[in-house]
Amino acid sequence: MSFKNKLHEIKEQYKGKKMAPAFNAIHTFLYMPNETTHSGGHVRAVDDLKRTMNTVITALIPVLIFGMFNAGYQHYAAVDAANGTPRTLDILGNFLTFDNFWMGALTILPLVIVSYGVGLAIEFLFAVIKGHEVEEGYLVTGMLVPLIVPVDTPLWMLAVAVAFGVVIGKEVFGGTGMNILNPALTIRAFLFFAYPTWMSGDKVWVHKAVEYAGTPDAISGETILGYLAQGRGAEYSYSLSDMFFGFIPGSVGETSTFLILLGGLFLIFTKIASWRIMLSAVLGALTMGLIFNGVVDAGWITESSKFYGLMSFAFWQHLIVGGLAFGIVYMATDPVTGSQTNKGKWYYGFFIGFISVMIRVFNPAYPEGVFLAILLMNVFAPTIDHYVVKGNIKKRLKRAKTSNASNLNVETA
Amino acid sequence: MSKDIQIKKGLDIRLVGAAKTQTNPTKPSATYKVSLEDFHGIVPKLAVKEGAQLKAGAPLFFDKNKESIQVVSPVSGTLTQVERGARRRIVSLSIQADASQTALTHPTIDIAQADAAAIKDYLLAGGVWPFVKQRPYDVVANPDQTPKGIFISGFNSAPLAADLDYVLAGQEGFLQTAISALAKLTPGKVHVSVRDAKSPLASVKEAEIHQVKGPHPAGLVGTLINKVDPINKGEVVWTLQAQDLLIIGELLEKGVFNGTRTFALGGSAIENPQYFTAVIGAELAPIVQTAGVSNENYRLVNGDVLTGLATPKNGHLGYKNTAVNAIPEGDDYEFFGWNKPEFNKISSTRALTFSWLFPKKKYDLNTNTNGEHRAFVVTGGYEEVFPLDIYPLQLLKSCMIKDLDEMEQLGLYEVAPEDFALTEFICISKQPHQQIIREGLDLLQKEIG
Repeated sequence: MSFKNKLHEIKEQYKGKKMAPAFNAIHTFLYMPNETTHSGGHVRAVDDLKRTMNTVITALIPVLIFGMFNAGYQHYAAVDAANGTPRTLDILGNFLTFDNFWMGALTILPLVIVSYGVGLAIEFLFAVIKGHEVEEGYLVTGMLVPLIVPVDTPLWMLAVAVAFGVVIGKEVFGGTGMNILNPALTIRAFLFFAYPTWMSGDKVWVHKAVEYAGTPDAISGETILGYLAQGRGAEYSYSLSDMFFGFIPGSVGETSTFLILLGGLFLIFTKIASWRIMLSAVLGALTMGLIFNGVVDAGWITESSKFYGLMSFAFWQHLIVGGLAFGIVYMATDPVTGSQTNKGKWYYGFFIGFISVMIRVFNPAYPEGVFLAILLMNVFAPTIDHYVVKGNIKKRLKRAKTSNASNLNVETA
Repeated sequence: MSKDIQIKKGLDIRLVGAAKTQTNPTKPSATYKVSLEDFHGIVPKLAVKEGAQLKAGAPLFFDKNKESIQVVSPVSGTLTQVERGARRRIVSLSIQADASQTALTHPTIDIAQADAAAIKDYLLAGGVWPFVKQRPYDVVANPDQTPKGIFISGFNSAPLAADLDYVLAGQEGFLQTAISALAKLTPGKVHVSVRDAKSPLASVKEAEIHQVKGPHPAGLVGTLINKVDPINKGEVVWTLQAQDLLIIGELLEKGVFNGTRTFALGGSAIENPQYFTAVIGAELAPIVQTAGVSNENYRLVNGDVLTGLATPKNGHLGYKNTAVNAIPEGDDYEFFGWNKPEFNKISSTRALTFSWLFPKKKYDLNTNTNGEHRAFVVTGGYEEVFPLDIYPLQLLKSCMIKDLDEMEQLGLYEVAPEDFALTEFICISKQPHQQIIREGLDLLQKEIG
């Protein structure tokens, strides 16, 4: 008996039992089910949620692998810097090395495993309790989470945050498709507010920086935004190409704008993510950046101001540092928590970019705003849609009025 | 005097097994069957008892709520069986056909002289009223109302549907008669959509002809209504299928109900897809046998594959359809079907699916859902295949939560389930869009009427 038939038999045995969703989740992972159409049309297009989610994960893989190299590179670079021999980047010589990758993989893979392990366990549990199939939403969330946290985030912390994010951010609303806030960002926000010392400062972005702190080996790795926020913009020595290609400290997956851009183009090409949101978010960020640059140029803000560093930062460079690009491409485009109308997506995306840069500049404690901006706009997305849809409703009412009026004319004539 | 409509949003689904334009006559069947599925919303009240003798065109049953609406027997014979389902609801009626057919004859009517009431009564008595549907609600029209317009689609754009230019060819007389009669039933206009000037309907008088260009659903009457004169709250329009005009026209000219249809038998499970003529309710099995079956594990569909009704292999030709399709059942597993590159199925995305590379390729789709039912997740895709000025996702959701106000405001009055066949086809969450809309319409009709 073939493997396929064996699985089919087990499925039939489990039918209606409590554990059926758990088995089916694994079964449908291997085999597309034998389900046929029962109502409406008799044929269906090939795309399903698994394929959709898989496409997003595919777009995240390059970012993850780059993140592993970069985690190792930043560590060794910081060690060298602490020893007084700053490194110059040589992609083949000292970036794409096995040492870098190995160190990165050893620190990042546990994050991935904990994220998926805890999250999927909760998803399975809820599916079994509620008797519905395991939905695929967490496949993307589970990949996003390790990419948006500092590299040394303690695993227990991540586990607690994932449990919180999945239960409170998603399951209480009814699971995939029903949540209001982006689950990955809910997890990120939980980490930020519960363990702020682990989420910001100059010690968390480079592997082992916390561990070495206070010892003779102490290393540090401030992010570019960190330098700017403290008005020390002149101190960092990263070139524009470092920023664009991602050879800078930061959360695991957020540094390489280049790979994120490729991922974004891939998602647009495959029609999985909304180009409207991405484009308008970029426009929003540029607009806010230009406004701040204008304020500086007009002389309203002087170098003595604590906002000067970030406000004078060239408007377009906001896009290549910090998590803005990552947030725009992979998080703002979440269809469940984002605006659902095409027109609404323009507003939704624009304000994400706009508010991200605003928070970035005005938040003294933590110079990054994209995750807060997206969560804020998640909350407003239904409101935006409400007004967009209302436009359609009004049009319909107006049409009815003119039509009724002309009917009256016909009758009285 | 044709007016052009161009739609851009939509999707042409090209399938293997389109019928060749050659028509075969069929032998008369021993039994004919009229199924209640074809008359959504009618609560049947039998006109005759089991065992009664019927002439072709004699009433089988009435609508309990509107007794003037009657469904007539397509053939003469004996009503042998009334099949009932749950709670004794009538499911279908079987008629044993007479060897020599006799038909009920009505006195002919002079359309030029007759007024609207006379024409209505004639159509009701002749048994062709069930071919007239109304929107809102997409049910058999209420003859007591006056529609603001009558809309007829003169071509099919759905996959494996009959080519109406072929089916209607040479029958311009009946078409004109039917349209002249219908034109009297509305103070507005009769709007007819055609693909191009070659259509037999392109030159009919007393109707406004619209050439509709673009992908499916260009041929749906809902698209025509939305682009020409959308329905507002409180308004009613009537819709008819072009092929039903033939039966109406013949009744008006000759006084008899002739239920003979030319229909396309297609689909990839059929060896020689082609057209057949048969009377409504005829047995399909011998006809399918004639055309040959290339794959025994098939599903027979009365109608096109997007909107038709599944029917058993020994089923009968539906009352209103001009296509019967047989496509392979997709009741098998596919290893890693959800992530491997896919060249042989249609997709609206490019997520390792390559149908966008081959716009002219014909596909052999089966009935597999290609994934499991999920909550709505992805947005923005439906709008790409939905040309009406309506928010499809929001309307579907309002139907699911039974929010009557919102259903009304978002335009449920304007649509029929078939308008959502394409959004259902591409739905990543595999939601039953047509069923959701159908239930929404039924609820709205029940609550608001």
